[in-house]
Amino acid sequence: MSTNAYLFLALFAAAAVGFALAPLAIAWLWARAFSPRKPGAVKNAIYECGLEAQPTGWVQFKSEYYLYGIIFLVFDVETIFLLPFAVACKGLPFGACLAMLIFILLLAEGLAWAWAKGILAWK
Amino acid sequence: MEMNDGEPAMNQELQNRLRQQGVVLTTVEELYNWGRKNSLWPLQFGLACCAIEMIAASMARFDMARFGAEVFRPSPRQADLMIVSGTVTKKMAPQVVRLFNQMPEPKYVIAMGACAICGGHFRDGYNVLRGIDLYLPVDVYIPGCPPRPEALLEGLITLQKKIARQRLKGPDRPPHLEAGTAGEFPVPQFGPHDLEGPQLGKARNT
Repeated sequence: MSTNAYLFLALFAAAAVGFALAPLAIAWLWARAFSPRKPGAVKNAIYECGLEAQPTGWVQFKSEYYLYGIIFLVFDVETIFLLPFAVACKGLPFGACLAMLIFILLLAEGLAWAWAKGILAWK
Repeated sequence: MEMNDGEPAMNQELQNRLRQQGVVLTTVEELYNWGRKNSLWPLQFGLACCAIEMIAASMARFDMARFGAEVFRPSPRQADLMIVSGTVTKKMAPQVVRLFNQMPEPKYVIAMGACAICGGHFRDGYNVLRGIDLYLPVDVYIPGCPPRPEALLEGLITLQKKIARQRLKGPDRPPHLEAGTAGEFPVPQFGPHDLEGPQLGKARNT
């Protein structure tokens, strides 16, 4: 066979895409031919429980909680690492101790930064 | 495969004779209706005691799955059959009509039980709607109080026969295929004394 080996793959890829697109195309053509679109105020409503949505869905959502979630991670991670660190502290070489202290410093720095920005005060 | 107006696309006798020889002929319309009638997805909601019978019909003993209608959908967007199972109160009627409006076409309504048909025992109650057909186009009425699950299956089969008869073209094709007809039914609103809103020309209940 003198043809390119990748031609086979390309044919398969085209067939796969066609396999996925053909039903969509048929459904689209069928809808055009037989099933006219009939949008309406009730049909296009977002809420699907039979009731009218009230008030409007375009409300401001208070997203402050996520900051507390992120700051909680500081304590979460510290707890996980501090206990093994405290247990193994005496046997650790100087380099490992230094790395651990830098790690804690980074976490504490994040907390200090949040504190300085006034995020910890609930508004 | 051809679709002509009004007349059956194929001689039924010839079709049967060919089928005996192992040659199956069909039309697009027949295939389309066959697919639709065997995969009716009901909207998952129940109004009163008839709903208990509807639940029983969908369970293993009566097994509505035999007729392809066991996929109760929790969203009207995915449903094409509304089984009005039970007493429709006037408080509930606008919600029922709104849900029906949110279903995609083609869609069908089964009025299950005496209450959904005409108000039933509670017909004279101050808050009972005297039949869902005041606001929705009912395809199949199932009498009973409540109807047995077998009766619901019978109603479902009746609806399937109706779907199989529906034409894609011609003057007698269902109204949802016409671009001009409205897609939504008017949702009744609460007035000072009663539900207000245009009814589907049923004088018998007033």
